[in-house]
Amino acid sequence: MKTLGPRISFYAGFVVGTLTLYVFLRQLWFEKTVSMQQVGTFAGIQDYQQQLEEEKKMWKKERSALFNLKHPHHIGTCTSGHNLGFQRGEDSSMADELYKKVRILCWVMTGPKNLETKTRHVKYTWSRHCNIVVFMSSVDDPDFPTVGLGTKEGRDQLYWKTIRAYHYAYEHYADEADWFLKADDDTYVIVDNLRWVLANHTPDEPIYFGRRFKPYTKQGYMSGGAGYVLSKEALRRFVEGFKSKQCTHTTSVEDLAMGQCMEKVGVLAGDSRDSFHRETFHPFVLEQHLTAKFPKSFWYWSYCYYPISEGPNCCSDISVSFHYVDAVGMYLMEYYTYHLRAFGYRYRYQPPTPPGYRIKKSESWDAGKKDKKLEQKLIHPDLSRTDKRQNEDPPPVDGKDGPPAAEGK
Amino acid sequence: MLSDGCSFMKGMLLGGVFCLVLSLLGSFNFSPESSTEDHHHHHVYAPTKDELKHLSDSRVEELKNQVRVYCIIMVQPKTLVYWATVLDTWSKHCDNAVFYTSESSKALEAVDLNEKDDWARLRKALIHAYENAGDLRWFFVAQPTTFAIIENLKYLILAKDPNEPFYLGNAVKSGELEYVEYSSGIVLSYEALKRLMTMFKDESQCPERTHTLWTMGEDKQLALCLKYAGVFAENGEDRHGKGLFNKQNVVSMVKQSMQDNPTDVVEGCCPDMAVTYGEMSPNQMHVMMFGVYRLRPYGHDFHDWITFYPPKDSDND
Repeated sequence: MKTLGPRISFYAGFVVGTLTLYVFLRQLWFEKTVSMQQVGTFAGIQDYQQQLEEEKKMWKKERSALFNLKHPHHIGTCTSGHNLGFQRGEDSSMADELYKKVRILCWVMTGPKNLETKTRHVKYTWSRHCNIVVFMSSVDDPDFPTVGLGTKEGRDQLYWKTIRAYHYAYEHYADEADWFLKADDDTYVIVDNLRWVLANHTPDEPIYFGRRFKPYTKQGYMSGGAGYVLSKEALRRFVEGFKSKQCTHTTSVEDLAMGQCMEKVGVLAGDSRDSFHRETFHPFVLEQHLTAKFPKSFWYWSYCYYPISEGPNCCSDISVSFHYVDAVGMYLMEYYTYHLRAFGYRYRYQPPTPPGYRIKKSESWDAGKKDKKLEQKLIHPDLSRTDKRQNEDPPPVDGKDGPPAAEGK
Repeated sequence: MLSDGCSFMKGMLLGGVFCLVLSLLGSFNFSPESSTEDHHHHHVYAPTKDELKHLSDSRVEELKNQVRVYCIIMVQPKTLVYWATVLDTWSKHCDNAVFYTSESSKALEAVDLNEKDDWARLRKALIHAYENAGDLRWFFVAQPTTFAIIENLKYLILAKDPNEPFYLGNAVKSGELEYVEYSSGIVLSYEALKRLMTMFKDESQCPERTHTLWTMGEDKQLALCLKYAGVFAENGEDRHGKGLFNKQNVVSMVKQSMQDNPTDVVEGCCPDMAVTYGEMSPNQMHVMMFGVYRLRPYGHDFHDWITFYPPKDSDND
């Protein structure tokens, strides 16, 4: 009993000593990380200032529109200032030529609540490839910047916003662009591919393009969510149409109303499909078009003007737009479109060069020099298998059951 | 009473010292990579444009032939959907894609290894691949949740000699052992595989079955066997230091980048010439297939010095 006492004390002391020092060390480590975090927030403030600086270099803010100072194809990223495209061995000469000749003003339908959660990501991704971009909201915001259209917010305001946005674009930028695109803040647009579609036409044609739907109108109308683009002549006629009261605010179903006005003023609903008849404007996300099996009762089947293809033929290699794209999706699409690629891969589909543009040089030293018997396995769409052209009458006009193309903003 | 107090103090002191020693040892383990290893190259890069420019026609053809890849895809019937997706997507770009299964499945064809133990199964697959390589000199081991861009793998190994021992991928460290992560794909040159075959005969250093209570992952086992054969793991990177082999899937990498680099999300995230992404769902694989082999912005061309043609009988690339 007597010898046990000091022993127990010893062990007890050992345990206490270990625990004490452990707690002490943890506290030290904790304090170190807290101080590092404080340094981090300071760096965070510096980052924000750096961000403002970069934005100033990239965009010229003028009258609430963003004018692209440096086309992203010339610089990879603003931070490095390097010509990363050049470093990648990228030849963007055709894209640059189209940028000069096919000038597009993009206006994005948005609202004050969405600026930080959605619109911001549009600003940092695809809208950089437009010649001019204007963010249209109900409220003026000189910092973002957004144009205040003087409307309220809400699904029923969509056509009012559209009318005013296009009037604004016409009044301020008619001479600085040839084509005028409307997109939502959850639409991803590949502007380079839009230029390919439009390069086969001229801005004095009364024509507009998008994902063509067939009901309720003679010539069809374009899905709002997938985005649509008016020629300068189409825009002029739109504005004139409202002046002469030929066009009015018929319904709040924005895309249908636009289609009805276009028809009234004699603007043609164009075919935006590629030379293999694959769609370029898409009302859903890429994943859905590629993998989803829409039930035959789904409205989509009866709305599409052209035959629908499921699987890989759903979508053109040079697709123009996708809808319901969330924030992560914007960056993912940007990565897939402009960054990720397979080295040396020779694409099956070679889009025909638009008339009046110089023909591309041969793509690779290897293909040009060596193989005369190139293995060109170009895929032809199997239209017969997917011809779903309905003969029955389209469903009655009912704003509630319409396609979810016009989202409340 | 006093002796009790003394003992207590002695105990406390010893306890404190003990704790310090433990923590020091712990932090020592996490110190940056030691330079004691005899690596020739730790980072592996694809050739630059200048390096490729000077090659003759015949040399280019030789290299294209040399970088043909034998894909070893380790599947199980319980992951049938992934198996089917890999079969339908990226594996079509392998020069020879062979599926190795733990047990046979009526739905899809594969080499039935009839083996439940992960390490033993990997060994059998590697042996089978070595024996059936034909004239292929590069081997790529993948799981069905991995998406691989074979052309970018070929680009990475284009100027490397398969008669040298190469063991590439996402190289990470566990203690003293540097190994290539399984889920981001493992690349082996013919020489590396050959040496491995010899090591497999050495039951003491490279046993077929581990009879310990805890098992090392089969990727670590592989690294160990290769290490004894003088083959060391190397990390595949691009010239910006970005890893080309990713165990995370692309969506989570983008999400991470949105937090870390909010003004430069895409540039700060993922490499242009990525070779692999892990943890990919079947739908994500279909999307990536389209994003890599179909979707592109019109008017941007890359005059790469080698051309890889699309595979026969395929409609999604």
